[in-house]
Amino acid sequence: MGANETGYIGQAVKRKEDARFLTGTGQYTDDVSLPRQTHAYFLRSPHAHAKIRGIDTTKAKQAPGVVAVYTGADLEGVNGLPCGWLITSVDGTPMNEPPHPVLAKGKVRYVGDAVAMVVAETRDQAKDAAEQIDVDYDVQPAVVNVVAALEPGAPQIHDEAPGNKCYTWSIGDKAATDAAFAKATHVTKLDLVNNRLIPNAIEPRAAVASYSAADEAYTLYVTSQNPHVERLLMTAFVLGLPEHKVRVIAPDVGGGFGSKIYLYPEETAMVWAAKRVGRPIKWAAERSESFLADAHGRDHVTHAELALDASAKFLALRVHTTAAMGAYLSTFASCIPTILYATLLAGQYTTPAIHCEVVAAFTNTAPVDAYRGAGRPEATYVVERIVHQAGVELGIPQDEIRRRNFIREFPYQTPVALVYDTGGYDATLDDANKAADVKGFAARKAEAAKRGKLRGLGYAAYIEACGIAPSNVAGALGARAGLFEAGEVRVHPTGSITVFTGSHSHGQGHETTFAQVVATRLGIPVENVDVVHGDTGRVLFGMGTYGSRSLAVGGTAIVKALDKIVAKGKKIAAHLLEAAETDIEFKDGRFTVAGTDRSKAFGEIALAAYVPHNYPLDKLEPGLNETAFYDPTNFTFPAGTHICEVEIDPDTGAVDVVKFTASDDFGNIINPMIVEGQVHGGLAQGIGQALLENCVYDADSGQLLTGSYMDYALPRADDLPSFRVSTQVTPCTHNPLGVKGCGEAGAIGAPAALMNAVHDALSAVGVNRFDMPASPHRVWQAIQSAKASA
Amino acid sequence: MAVSLALTVNGKPVSAEVDPRTLLVDLLRNTLGLTGTHVGCDTAQCGACTVHLDGKAVKACNVLALQAQGGNVLTIEGLATNGALHPMQAAFKDCHGLQCGFCTPGMVMSALDLVARHPDADEQTIREQLEGNLCRCTGYHNIVKAVRQGAAAMAK
Repeated sequence: MGANETGYIGQAVKRKEDARFLTGTGQYTDDVSLPRQTHAYFLRSPHAHAKIRGIDTTKAKQAPGVVAVYTGADLEGVNGLPCGWLITSVDGTPMNEPPHPVLAKGKVRYVGDAVAMVVAETRDQAKDAAEQIDVDYDVQPAVVNVVAALEPGAPQIHDEAPGNKCYTWSIGDKAATDAAFAKATHVTKLDLVNNRLIPNAIEPRAAVASYSAADEAYTLYVTSQNPHVERLLMTAFVLGLPEHKVRVIAPDVGGGFGSKIYLYPEETAMVWAAKRVGRPIKWAAERSESFLADAHGRDHVTHAELALDASAKFLALRVHTTAAMGAYLSTFASCIPTILYATLLAGQYTTPAIHCEVVAAFTNTAPVDAYRGAGRPEATYVVERIVHQAGVELGIPQDEIRRRNFIREFPYQTPVALVYDTGGYDATLDDANKAADVKGFAARKAEAAKRGKLRGLGYAAYIEACGIAPSNVAGALGARAGLFEAGEVRVHPTGSITVFTGSHSHGQGHETTFAQVVATRLGIPVENVDVVHGDTGRVLFGMGTYGSRSLAVGGTAIVKALDKIVAKGKKIAAHLLEAAETDIEFKDGRFTVAGTDRSKAFGEIALAAYVPHNYPLDKLEPGLNETAFYDPTNFTFPAGTHICEVEIDPDTGAVDVVKFTASDDFGNIINPMIVEGQVHGGLAQGIGQALLENCVYDADSGQLLTGSYMDYALPRADDLPSFRVSTQVTPCTHNPLGVKGCGEAGAIGAPAALMNAVHDALSAVGVNRFDMPASPHRVWQAIQSAKASA
Repeated sequence: MAVSLALTVNGKPVSAEVDPRTLLVDLLRNTLGLTGTHVGCDTAQCGACTVHLDGKAVKACNVLALQAQGGNVLTIEGLATNGALHPMQAAFKDCHGLQCGFCTPGMVMSALDLVARHPDADEQTIREQLEGNLCRCTGYHNIVKAVRQGAAAMAK
């Protein structure tokens, strides 16, 4: 595909990375094998809550092939895993931050908590030996439900967190909110549960750790979305190693969805042990370990109230949320139900007063952290479910009640801290309305009724905040890390390019999208640009990929580096063309003296920079290699309208998603094919949450009941419809690409749209409140309960 | 106790001494270094390890290597010929039927088996037939498209 006037921008360039993935020549962490490597296996707690009276590893150490066995007691001098965001409670105290030991010390707090690491010649030997470890558990009562964990008398999980509380946090003006409710003509109230999810990237977490005694250096291959952050946290906070002696490589990574952002116990213990064992150590999680010990998502219990005036304008929103943290604070756990949740409660609406209080608590479950959308799906679920309910109560059509409250003037300061730079909410709503053929819905519903089916339509007009920023603001809010991104553009002597980015691709297609940006800006073929990511030994620095930030933040860092390349190129060209630097123009890959036909191709400038025979060496360094760091001035605000149409069989409770329409505004789009793919995937996860997926722990024993694909319903091909997706564009105003991010939108809008459709359908049979997931037996039960109480 | 094993993999004869409990997927990945076949769930539920054994799709995490004794195994590495992608591989690329690529080898091998049994499969049939292969990235939309396009290209 050739470059046109806008180069490759907006072109569905086929992905550069596909060739290796399609031929089985990708390199994922578990594909890495090092000479003399050993294999690790982690013994995990079978109990949700127990004191450890003692651990006897004698027999295990003597088992065939065993190289070493380590428990928490062996990890002397190793700190606990850190949490990257300090939330301050309403009373001014810092959140309770109990230790998160790499291997359990004295107590286990969830089923799957790592207790010991066995290192052996083979994986099977390590596994067999682990069975020989004798752990003397004193089993304690457990609590897995977040509301129950806060009740008086609940089992105490950490000494450092009385009442299991992590923090009580709030945002917004309570007095103004109360005052608005006092003058409301209508108040809609809603109780909601945002169900706990297990991320389930298809590639299980894995790591290969090695140590070179000669240069006292470590190398870690790991399934990570952000290898530099992983290294920083592991070296500086946990292991006390010099950062320059640890190289972290996240090669091809098979999906993340948030779950591979975090610093986990396994790879940390492996790096520590690699030096002691003196041989490389490899580990790959079995799927049952992924279910037990990957950080989970969501798990909120919320009460919300919306105040409206006589014309259905929203006056105020009041929200109280209880959020589960799980047994320990995972890397970014604390900021998800606060900074990334409550700040989005304005949605697309002009609601002038909002107050939200969040209580976060520990439970005897796997830690909870960011999962695709991270806080924003939860916020959208609250806003869009209560708007739906208000529309029902007031008899106002769902599109109309939204239109009456849309924000239309930008920039817009919300009452919950954010400033939306731009948006066009009518455009996406109108587009979705048309595409979903909302006008024809009544006829389809009537036709379905003739067949005995319940048909429903649901809207979600969502907004999200992406490319979290700026660092100083985040720092003031408790972030313990920066939120910039780094990029490097290395022009080779012959004019081909290697780009190094601190963002990480684990399915998003950066190798293609970023190459399109670079090729367009430099006016060269996209084949001449390769993108490197995921290696602290090659990439200067990086914050990684999460929160739909890669193009908006990582792409901008590359653009800034490109600007430097072009600026230096102009200096070189001015010298070669014997013209003033200010007279040099760069366009379509050529440096030209303005108003003349005298020019030099980009490749000629590159060669001159590396073979500087005719070169201004007195004024300019040779070479053409530039780096840039970019710290955004604001979040980006993708938004859109999703419309879901369902048909429910009241006899079986089966919900059929007959049509799903998404109209999104992601700002400018570099590669529409990749953007559509991102939306599809997000929708599948959002629909999965609303329709199928549900993480369940047994309330008494704390055992994970949904610990396999037989029990946890991951969407399969025949569970989902084909999607109808389209985009509208209002370019982001504060980054040079005008991009906003698209990775999470589907997962943010879909659950509310689907559940609104389910409620619309079930209203015909008297079901008023129904929580996710809308799986057949739950829907059927809700129908039966409604019948019984009718 | 090692057992001698001989079979054909991607058209080439191979032999190995294996522990009887060795799974086919471990033979392929660890003994033969064919790491294109992936392990996603180790319980025959995700399909990432799908290969063909004697012309039929099997989940290699659920087959003992010894069950392939004397058999003919085709993996993702054996599909392209002289550097040219198989039409199904090409269709996956053309339709953006893959993102992270981890489920992709199994998905392509399943798709080929599907097309062999249902050359004219419609969307619903493809969705039902792909039930044994999990993808967390694509929402299946473009995979379904790719299988239809791949099937059409193979029929030519």
